[in-house]
Amino acid sequence: MSKLLFEKKQVVVPGDIIAEGMDYLPGKGAFREGDKVISSRLGLMGVKGSIINIIPLSGKYQPNRGDTVIGYVRDMSYSSWFVNVGCAYDASLSMRDATSDFIERGASLSNYFAVGDIIMTSITNVTNEGNMDLTMKGPGLRKMIGGKVVEITPAKVPRAIGKQGSMISMIKEKTGCTLFAGQNGRVWIKGPTPEAERLATDAIMLIEEKSHVQGLTEKVKLFLEARSKEIKK
Amino acid sequence: MIAKSYVESLATKGTRIDGRKFEEYRDISIEYGISSKSAEGSARVKIGDTEVVAGVKLDLGNPYSDRPDEGTIMVNVELIPMASPLFESGPPSINAIELSRVTDRGIRECGAIDFKKLCLRKGEKVWMVFIDIYAINADGNLFDACTLAAMAALRDARFPTVEEGDVIDYKKRTDTPLPISRLPLACTVWKLKDKFLVDPLVDEELASSARLSISFTEDDEVCSMQKGGDGTLTLEEIQTMVELAHTSTKNLRGNFK
Amino acid sequence: MKYEKRYDGREFEELRPMEAKVGVVKNAIGSAMFKIGKTVAIAAVYGPNDLFPKFLQYPDKARLRCHYNMMAFSGAGDRVRPGTSRRSKEISMVTEKALLPALDLQDFPKAVIDVHIELIQTDAGTRCAGICAASLALADAGLEMKDLVAAISGGLVGQTPVVDLDKQEEDFPNGAVDIPIAVLPRTGELTLLQLDGEITKEQLKITLEFAKKGCDKIYEVQRAALRAKYEEAKK
Repeated sequence: MSKLLFEKKQVVVPGDIIAEGMDYLPGKGAFREGDKVISSRLGLMGVKGSIINIIPLSGKYQPNRGDTVIGYVRDMSYSSWFVNVGCAYDASLSMRDATSDFIERGASLSNYFAVGDIIMTSITNVTNEGNMDLTMKGPGLRKMIGGKVVEITPAKVPRAIGKQGSMISMIKEKTGCTLFAGQNGRVWIKGPTPEAERLATDAIMLIEEKSHVQGLTEKVKLFLEARSKEIKK
Repeated sequence: MIAKSYVESLATKGTRIDGRKFEEYRDISIEYGISSKSAEGSARVKIGDTEVVAGVKLDLGNPYSDRPDEGTIMVNVELIPMASPLFESGPPSINAIELSRVTDRGIRECGAIDFKKLCLRKGEKVWMVFIDIYAINADGNLFDACTLAAMAALRDARFPTVEEGDVIDYKKRTDTPLPISRLPLACTVWKLKDKFLVDPLVDEELASSARLSISFTEDDEVCSMQKGGDGTLTLEEIQTMVELAHTSTKNLRGNFK
Repeated sequence: MKYEKRYDGREFEELRPMEAKVGVVKNAIGSAMFKIGKTVAIAAVYGPNDLFPKFLQYPDKARLRCHYNMMAFSGAGDRVRPGTSRRSKEISMVTEKALLPALDLQDFPKAVIDVHIELIQTDAGTRCAGICAASLALADAGLEMKDLVAAISGGLVGQTPVVDLDKQEEDFPNGAVDIPIAVLPRTGELTLLQLDGEITKEQLKITLEFAKKGCDKIYEVQRAALRAKYEEAKK
């Protein structure tokens, strides 16, 4: 008889025996040893049907094709830019994928993106060796002007966005800021005043701290309302 | 990563990344005796998320020939890679060396430690005081944190017992504190655009054009200064920074009861 | 001279009081403090990061680099000269070998994961405390691990088998044997084994059993520390 030794959303650590029996299958963050399914990560226990997945609570960004991320332009060669997206090595943005404009031979690439620029970009390819290609051709992809970037654990981005964007919309509404959350854990914030931007930042950091807690949306809502009252005084 | 342009635009609006006033410090805490089994004196200082630990070790040695009746101090600051992704392994970087020498100067020049009272036998044996400071988490303002930690560890220190033949028994600690007669503290003031701030976060340090570290004793005397950064400072700006440092060090001294 | 009662009154199989905390260095991607008796170790993990020179890169997985260091004021008597020594380099290496079997580094080809271990205060058992802290820091960093790594020193004081020797016991006048081990607690596989002293095969068997049991106790402390980080925030 197969059985689960942990409940959904319970914290598990590497080495914890999550299930006994062959009916449960190890998904992400778990592996099989004999007739046991064991956690290989620090995270929250999750089970969908018979597949056990561990929802990570920490860890650096692991890139996937199709992810929209916020990158920092680090360097450039004569035909491409090197962009830091939070992985060990920079991603590559080629001239062809950067713009539909016709670029003259010998034109300066920094007319388009310069070192230090913050861009919202999309990952088109990830190889086994960890090389990544980016594109700027896509809806909403562009250079970000002004604003600040806040970094949270990439695994917590879904919580920051919320079901159908409910969490991030609430923060936008209550602070008056524009926010874009990249899958790599970087959240770009731009608001009408520094106070508004600070409020949005603090809301995001609250989600980072309590992402594994139940009733988070309500907590964030109350936090934003309390702080807004303080600001109005 | 907070861009320099963003920090500057906040400064122009009269505010900072975390909403503090320009002259406001983050929360400060000092914990004594964190390595009391091993170190003769030790302390942990936190300024916001910046954390440093300091330890004092005492040993007997020969005095310098030109100061036969004086003990010695040596200050060593290590910016260990644990504290920041920007710190690398290896021998002390120039930043670590500057921190060491500036912290040393702040303590040495005003005679905070009475070197003559560290003399055991003139011309033969004196106490050598080693102050080692390690950054554990670097989130800005290491200058002030290092001086605070050094002074806290020195105050925490007690002499070990000396047996016959000048043999030190580190296991038997006495109740005798070091001969500390003054409490110099440093405040580093940073110039950001045309504003002056204290206790910067790392992004504020990177956006600043110049800095001035100033140490004050409790009797309002300036006892060391160090300018850093690629930018310039006018005489008027320096006066402003010295005033700000004076007020700040008075407040910082309140952390030592 | 027989060792009949331990200096601090512990039972022969008893470990010193332990304390562990995770997430103690904010800038690091994972970190932990592990304290056993008066030995205090902090570990911080950075990475996966880019690795140069290129010949150090593994094409299919990340490289693990451990850096063990004792703070200058953390020694038993004299000040410890800052910088690496042959001892610290050897301990860094055996620490790396002790942690590797627990890790799966295939997600990060060509990259490097650095583990920095610092001793703030020491009373013997430093390499083991460092490994315990490092293992927690790696888990805190979100890396794939098939188990945590627990480490303790077993040994003899006089002719008496004990676990978790302190400095006084290591310096026992009639001789002591120091046997640091590290295990993957779930399966009991050893990843570190060193021995310093003279011991019979029978005594060795007993001390290794003692030490393994000691590691089980450490495992409980480690797991509780990882959970505590998230239990705390729940409140």
